[in-house]
Order: sequence, then C-alpha cells, then structure tokens
Amino acid sequence: MAQYTTHDFDVLVVGAGGAGLRAAIESADLGAKTAVVMKSLLGKAHTVMAEGGAAAALRNADDRDSWQTHFRDTMKGGKQLNYYRMAELHAKEAPDRIQELEDWGAVFDRTPDGLINQRNFGGHTYPRLAHVGDRTGLEMIRTLQDKVVHMNAEIFMEVTITHLFKSNGKACGALAYSRVTGEFHLFRAKAIVLATGGGGKSFAITSNSWEYSGDGQALAWRAGAELLDMEFVQFHPTGMVWPLSVRGTLVTEGVRGEGGVLLNKDGRRFMFDYIPDAFKNDVAATEEEANQWVAEVASGKLATVRRPPELLTRDVVARSIRAEVQAGRGSPHGGAFLDIATRRTADDIKRKLPSMYHQFKQLANVDITKEAMEVGPTCHYMMGGIKVEAETAMTTLPGLFAAGEVAAGLHGANRLGGNSLSDLLVFGRRAGWGAAEYAKKASAGQPAQAEVDQAITENIACFDLKDGENPYTVHKELQDMMQDNVGIVRTDEELRGALKALDTFEARVNKLTVSGARAYNPGWNLAMDLRSMVVVSRAIAMAALERRESRGGHSRIDFPDYDKSFSKINHILTNDNGKMVLRADPLPAVPDELKKFVEEA
Amino acid sequence: MSRIVNMKVFRGEKDSGQLHDYNVQIDDGMVVLDVIHRIQATDAPDLACRWNCKAGKCGSCSAEVNGKPSLMCMTRMDTLNNDKPITVEPLKTFPHVRDLVTDVSWNFSVNKKIKPFKPRPKDADGKQRMYQYEVDRVQEFRKCIECYLCQDVCHVLRNHGKHEEFAGPRFMVRLASLEMHPLDVEDRIPFIKEIGGVGFCNITKCCTEVCPEHIHITDNAIIPLKERVADRYYDPIQMLFRVLGGK
Repeated sequence: MAQYTTHDFDVLVVGAGGAGLRAAIESADLGAKTAVVMKSLLGKAHTVMAEGGAAAALRNADDRDSWQTHFRDTMKGGKQLNYYRMAELHAKEAPDRIQELEDWGAVFDRTPDGLINQRNFGGHTYPRLAHVGDRTGLEMIRTLQDKVVHMNAEIFMEVTITHLFKSNGKACGALAYSRVTGEFHLFRAKAIVLATGGGGKSFAITSNSWEYSGDGQALAWRAGAELLDMEFVQFHPTGMVWPLSVRGTLVTEGVRGEGGVLLNKDGRRFMFDYIPDAFKNDVAATEEEANQWVAEVASGKLATVRRPPELLTRDVVARSIRAEVQAGRGSPHGGAFLDIATRRTADDIKRKLPSMYHQFKQLANVDITKEAMEVGPTCHYMMGGIKVEAETAMTTLPGLFAAGEVAAGLHGANRLGGNSLSDLLVFGRRAGWGAAEYAKKASAGQPAQAEVDQAITENIACFDLKDGENPYTVHKELQDMMQDNVGIVRTDEELRGALKALDTFEARVNKLTVSGARAYNPGWNLAMDLRSMVVVSRAIAMAALERRESRGGHSRIDFPDYDKSFSKINHILTNDNGKMVLRADPLPAVPDELKKFVEEA
Repeated sequence: MSRIVNMKVFRGEKDSGQLHDYNVQIDDGMVVLDVIHRIQATDAPDLACRWNCKAGKCGSCSAEVNGKPSLMCMTRMDTLNNDKPITVEPLKTFPHVRDLVTDVSWNFSVNKKIKPFKPRPKDADGKQRMYQYEVDRVQEFRKCIECYLCQDVCHVLRNHGKHEEFAGPRFMVRLASLEMHPLDVEDRIPFIKEIGGVGFCNITKCCTEVCPEHIHITDNAIIPLKERVADRYYDPIQMLFRVLGGK
C-alpha cells in the first residue's frame, strides 16, 4: 500500500491567491477547521502580478458612480453573457470588500480628501479602480497573507493537489504531493474550495506563470462538476513583445488609464478606426476630445467629455492590434507602439507606473518616460471555468466550491480590467462562507482506499516508464499547438485540428518519462500539471468550436459577427464516463428590476 | 546575437552538492532565469528552482549570481561578462534543500510573531481618512516582494547566524510599515528591541544595496526604528519617568 500522511479538516482551500486567502479567512472566522494548500510559497500567487487595481463603486473619485453603473458596465463588457446574479452581487459587495482590506492594513493611494483613490480603466464608465501605483495585487495579497497567518488556519506551502475524491456523490478529500519532499498527503475535508486560478500555461504567449496549468478546472471536471463558457479566454492587448524571452509579460492597462495611446508604425492612432457600434456613444469621436479627457483626468478633475478609444474593452483592443499587425502596420517585432512618454511628464510616469518603468528599463532597455513601448496580445485570463451558484459559490458537485478565476459566470464573454481583484474578494468570501456553513451540516466522508492508491500509482508511473517523452518537449508542443489553433482568432478547421491533436496529447501526457527523485523535481511536477492542461485545452477548443460567432474573448474568422442565436446561450461541459460532452444551456433571464440597467449588445 | 555561455549551476541536496557545468545557447535579451529554464528543458529536467511571475514582482527566483544575491528573472545575461563562466548558487543564509532551492520557512515564522495591524477608530461618518503625504513612506515599505535577498546578504544572519535574535532587514521593513502606518495604534517597540533585535544591525547597508525594489531599508526603516527604541529605553528623561512610574 502506498505511503502518505492523512490530514482532517472541515474546509480545505486549494490555492492561496486573493480568492483562496479570502475564503480561508472567512472559513476560519466562522470557526471551521481550515487548511490552505498552495503550489508556491505564501504570497507568491498570481494575484501578486495584478497591477491596475480593484474595481468597486466606492464613489470617492467620482460620485456619479453607483453599483448599478458597475453592474451595467460588467454586463456590457461581458457582452451580456454574464450570470447576472453574480454581476449584481459583485457590484454591490465590492466596495465593502475593498474597505475591509483597508481595515486590515492595506494602504491604497489617496484622494485629496484622504479617501481611497480610484483610477480609470477600460470599460468602466467612471474612475473606479482602487489602486496602489501599479502594484495593487501585491498590496492585496500581502494584506490577506498577514491577516490569515493570525487566523486559525493551517498553511501548507508548495503542496499541489492532483486528485479529488468523492463519497456518496459528495466531495470528501484530495490527494496532494509536497514539492519539497515529494511525499504524498491525503486531505480529508467536509468541504473543498478550489481557488486555483486559470490555465494560460497551455498557450505559448502568456502572462501566466508555471502554476497556471488549469488544475482546478481539470480536478472539478474529472470529479463530475460542470464547466461553463470555456471558449472565452482573455488575450490582454498589451503584453511585452521584445526581447523574445519576456514575450507575453504583462504591461498594465493602467498605462492607457493614465493616458497612454496606441500607435501603428506610421504613427497613426489606430484605435479610432476600430470603435464597435455598441460603444460609439461612450468613446471620444476625435483626438481632441480624447486628449481633453486625459488632461481633465490627469489634473484630478471629473471628466466632462468621452474617454479615449484605447480604453475600449480588452477584447476589442487586442483584436485591433492584431489587425494592424496583419495589415503590415505593426511595430518592428510584431506589435503596436504604446506611448505614454509624450503624454505625461517623466515624474508622473514614475509615480503612477513605477513597476512598468522598472520592467522596461531592466528587461528591454527602454525608458518609457522617453520612448514608446512595443506591445502585443498575450493570453492572460480565463472568463470560463467551473460553474458555481452565485450566493454560496458551490459547484454542481455537492461539497465542492470554487472562487476567483477558476470559477465562471461573473465576467461573461469578456472581463473588464479591475473586476478580477474585486471578484477574488467578493466570491472568495462567499466561497469561504458557503463552505464553512456546508461543513457544519455535512458529515466527513471517507475516500475509497483503492482510489487513493490508484491516484498515487498514476502520479509516480512516469518514474518507471523508461522510453516515454520528456515533459518539457510535450509542454512546448502543446503550447504551440494551442497558440496556433485556439488563440486570439479561431476557425472551424483549426479547432477541429486542435481537438484531434488533443487526443494525441492526452495519450502522450500519460506516457512521460521523468528522471531523478521525487524531492523538488520540476520535471515530475510538470508531468502532473500537463494532465490538467490537456483537459483545459480540450474544454476551450470544444466550446470554441460550437460557438459559431464572435463575441468578447472568442473570435472566429469564419463567423466574424455576433449571432443572435448564441446571445442567450452558455456552453456547459460535463464528464460522461471520462468523455467530455458539451451542451448549450439557456442564459438565466435578467429580472425586470435589473433589466433597465442592461443594454442590449 | 546568439552565443554559447558556460554556466556553473549548483546541483545537489542539503549542501552536499557542487557546481555543474552547462554550456548553453544564449539569445538576445535572455535573463538568468531563461537560461535555467533552457537547462531544465534540455539537459537537466529535475534542476530545482523556484520562480513565478518572471517580472520582478513575486520575489521567488532569488539566487546568488556570480556571488551576488539577485532575482534571476531580472538579471539580464548581457549585463554579465559572458566570456567567463557564470555561477548560479542558492541563497546561503537559509538551509539548503535542493539545487537552487533553500528552506525559507524561518522568515514565515518570524512574520507570524509580529503583532497584527490594529486600526484607530473610524471617523464619525464611518470612513478612514489618511493623506497621500502620510502614506508615502509606508508605501515604500509595502513595495517589498519578500525575495529575502536582504536577509541573505545581512551579515548578522549570513555570517553570525543570529536567526534567533535578529529578525533581519525584511522584518524591520515590515515592522516599520506597521509602526509608521497612519492608522495603526499597536505598540511594537518592545518587540522591535527584545525579539526583533534591532540593535544587532550595525548599518552596513548591504541590504539596501541588494533590494530589487530599491527600498531604503537602512535609512528609512531600520534607523528610525533604532531611534524609536532609543527614545523609549535610553532617553534619560523617559527613564526617569519610568523609574518614578514604577515601570
């Protein structure tokens, strides 16, 4: 029988980014015996990379804002495919969650009145993002980290979950390995919260780190929970494109929020050429109007004119940059120029965008106070994920909860910048609460011994297989295949090709050979992560093939427009004895009292 | 311009290792972490190293490059002499685990001992007010990405092993961020003196030099904390009050 250590908890939280930590704080606060496991060290999760801010209608920077406007912006940005109830709860609760962070020690940038300052961002009608320069995620994760260590929650660092277990149709435990020792751990828990983030590591050009292999989505799907809207992947318009080694590294939308403009190689401000009809009334019609908006905002006044087109939603900007490059008008390394140097003073840039200044100076030898940056789209975020119930964040599998990027519904077809950090707080808390309340009534289940043994056997098989492939090679090929076929624009032919290729990849990831021992062996860790990546890649490709239209983060060359027949449909992916099956569900109807805030896309 | 560079990377477990040679192809713009990843993908799939954001924001990939504590993700190969071998070794101040990975858990145990943030009561309208000029100095401290390069270079820890008596520069920064927080009302001065051991620092500023966030650790965090401790414990008038007050 395989060797492992067993732990018993009421609530097991998987992941220690913003959502996981906020869930753990809530769960521990409600008296549940809580564990948090994380793939990296505490405080290193992806949240730390979030730059721009957290969206909440605090009304500090512009008192014309309201939760209703935030709700409307979120639905509009999501092309009305959002689960309205999640968008409603998010807009209503985000201000309290931000304020709460301040009560726990966070130090946001201030308004002249001494309140939390807010900045403009794409798709948000008013300045709405609470921020700290361009390192808001760091402030948030540090605040939550320093809070959680004083709570009654046990922290397991560098521990990765590979399998979930059920008993009587309910989630009851998980198998994990310690990165440091390579030893296995069995967590038995009455409720499990997945807060594992996204899966951008399946793509070649991405802002995501090694951790983002889509573990949560894959674990949930394998255990029988439903996935939602997986075709919607956000390609952030501005990643670095040069040097090659940093291709994909994020350039915050804050650059555009502070007045940065996008130019093609001829110096043309091309975003004016790509304003969608649905946004015509929200965006400046002329450069003069756009420049006036920047001048007003930079001097701390309320904007009286419409915003620059660079602040259109991310899907629109990303596609526009790609179109310019395709038309032969790109920058030398295949992107667009992002210029803040001629728009703001060097002092302003260093104060408002310090880490961008630092990042370009150090990694690209570019001084952004003097020269334009070269930027292009990078795989950044998954709007799709595990389907959850809005109030409690419970998935369709009893006892299994999900919050943050791993969950779906809030963002619809496209996420607005700034809505992720607030999502983590609002639904992290709800998941912690939902799980702790569920655990109070649930009895502990017992994972079947045979399943635990089988899981361990699967995890270590690659050490015994002698002529299998190198996991790094398979990963590189998977990333290239996904980038080419399931990337920022898609076609029927490419998606079918991708699904076929994924059959092969599925076989390949089960025939990998790993050298060395189990203790801190990244090759072995990658071999296990690849199994998640294949599931998530298939889910994206399958849903993308069925959505024969273009909407938000999903663009089809063969179906370039909105299609009304898809405007009220969400795609659900289920597990039928190990086979992924897709069905279309009608979108939950928006009740009348909210309808007046929603405009048809 | 592509070129071959000789990398000497520390391999082994619990200090029993040695430098291994890898001749690696280097392309323009590559950073040391890219080179480590290339070695993993080609020669040594089990080469252990920590990393996450690859953009200088998470502080995971700390190592000693040519003997200098550095973030591998922010150290460009073309800033180093590529004609000579380049060494990459784990941080020396912490117990070794494997290859480039060390056991940094001591830092988390120190952090846990620090009393949490305790805010003053809110204003009558339920809001908390503090002004940008008041928060500027704590925002400097809150830029810390916990890479522990300052801990690694601090001779009190590195050479004298005073981990039990001195919290190290990282936690002086954290203590300063709490002590100078405009809303905080907790008293951590006794902790800073007795448990944090601020007196051990003799202001060589090595920590400031290696900080990738350019935090003025010594000048802005440690020296002001030393002054606060001196005011409390060594100011003759205060001492007299304490004697009279029976404390």
